[in-house]
Amino acid sequence: MTALVIAEHDNASLRVATLNAVACASACAAQVHILIVGHTCAAAAAAAAQVAGVAEVFLADAPHLAEHLAENVAAQALALIRAGHYSHVVAPATASGKNVAPRIAALLGVAQVSDATRVLSPDTFERPIYAGNAVATVQSSDPIVVLTARTTAFDPAPAAGGAATVTALEPVSDFGRARFVGREVSKNDRPELGAAKTVVSGGRGMGSAENFHLLEPLADRLGAAMGASRAAVDAGYAPNDWQVGQTGKIVAPQLYVAVGISGAIQHLAGMKDSKVIVAINKDSEAPIFGVADYGLVGDLFVAVPELTASL
Amino acid sequence: MKILVPVKRVVDYNVKVRVKSDQTAVDIANVKMSMNPFDEIAVEEAVRLKEKGVATEIVAISCGTMACQETLRTALALGADRAILVDTGETDLQPLAVAHLLHALVAREQPQLVILGKQAIDDDANQTGQMLAALAGMPQATFASSVTVHGAEVHVTREVDGGLETLALTLPAVVTTDLRLNEPRYVTLPNIMKAKKKPLDVLSPADLGVDPAPHLKTLKVVEPPRRGAGIQVPDVSTLVDKLRNEAKVIA
Repeated sequence: MTALVIAEHDNASLRVATLNAVACASACAAQVHILIVGHTCAAAAAAAAQVAGVAEVFLADAPHLAEHLAENVAAQALALIRAGHYSHVVAPATASGKNVAPRIAALLGVAQVSDATRVLSPDTFERPIYAGNAVATVQSSDPIVVLTARTTAFDPAPAAGGAATVTALEPVSDFGRARFVGREVSKNDRPELGAAKTVVSGGRGMGSAENFHLLEPLADRLGAAMGASRAAVDAGYAPNDWQVGQTGKIVAPQLYVAVGISGAIQHLAGMKDSKVIVAINKDSEAPIFGVADYGLVGDLFVAVPELTASL
Repeated sequence: MKILVPVKRVVDYNVKVRVKSDQTAVDIANVKMSMNPFDEIAVEEAVRLKEKGVATEIVAISCGTMACQETLRTALALGADRAILVDTGETDLQPLAVAHLLHALVAREQPQLVILGKQAIDDDANQTGQMLAALAGMPQATFASSVTVHGAEVHVTREVDGGLETLALTLPAVVTTDLRLNEPRYVTLPNIMKAKKKPLDVLSPADLGVDPAPHLKTLKVVEPPRRGAGIQVPDVSTLVDKLRNEAKVIA
């Protein structure tokens, strides 16, 4: 059995999420291939060829593939899948993977297993439902299993040690009815939220967007990524891509510091697998204390500067 | 232009579900049900496009049991013009089947735009919009935070990792909604009364030539492993000491 991983990359390098997906794919099938779709992305393909456990890398490189539009990536994947003998197609459960994988599944006429957290056998998987309040074991009856892998559930495959061959593919023609207009990249020198070892998150208790800046020196000291609860995002205190929770990012860092976050179930769904959780909140009854390893009941506007100063 | 808005009836956002003791499913008997919040945002967006004079008709669709009529009446009260229920009875309805049913309805209704939620908060699948777009051969823009129609194109700003991305899609197209797209209005009593008089058709999967049988079998549903509460620390210096010497997560 062979699994095909749809790589997430920025044309120059692989994103870590791809390595998580490779780990999931290795648990599904004996052989793992990687597909790179993009433009001037030979470097990403070379990086993919180094990943431990990967046998073959396929590269589709063309100007109209530069922006990784779902329609074109799915069509490219489909051309490869139909020509090969794949048992599994795996994408990371990130904004990009979630965008593309269901198109591939639908065109193959098969179901998708979203957000797989465990591979029990080649056709049987665990996945969280209801914001992680339940875990379902599902079995596929399809000839090919399409799945997205929850990145925090699979330790990344080693980025080095492999020696896969890279094969260039004939690029599929442009879908033609979707056009890339532009991108606004939020400037950020911090680690990527989904892969950070430490995360500092703020909630509605921060009180305002200005107050949210209070968390920055703490995040700087800890070398942390910054996150937010949905309530803080809704209130406009923090950008949407900082949102941790059921409908935002799922994180599982070594250390998660929740500041002014009450701990709604939707938020807990996104961070309760963190190794160590610290909660700072003035409400001693806040549900966040129910999952925190270390809880500090008190005024965050006093505690956060004090914590920052003592690190 | 006509807009199709598929909506799903789900366990209300505020309900904490419990797993049944026989581990076959979560217990949804006697639990408050509501429209999936992302679908509510989709209805709101369609209504705003109609209020701007861009859309002329909004058709709300739901697939599921007859109880989904309630969800459709909510969509009608929010401003949809008519509704279609595909009665799938007690079938374990999965995204691929819903996408096939919606594809058949798209072929019938010929909408210019389909707007739906990016994910349902029960199965958390995040698949239906993308699958529908693929089956219908339409372009897609998922996780939308802004939707504007310019002639034969819709421009959609998407929430992606690390920022925002804007795409221009040639209509007809599929858009899935993210949280920041809009804040849905409240349903008013006069509009609930009006919604009762709006047309609601009921179809069967057979009427649409679709077999909604599931491809995934649920073998078991269990509670996630519980994470025990830890300790309360009296002050910041104790916290730092614990993190450094007990948990060893800071240097």
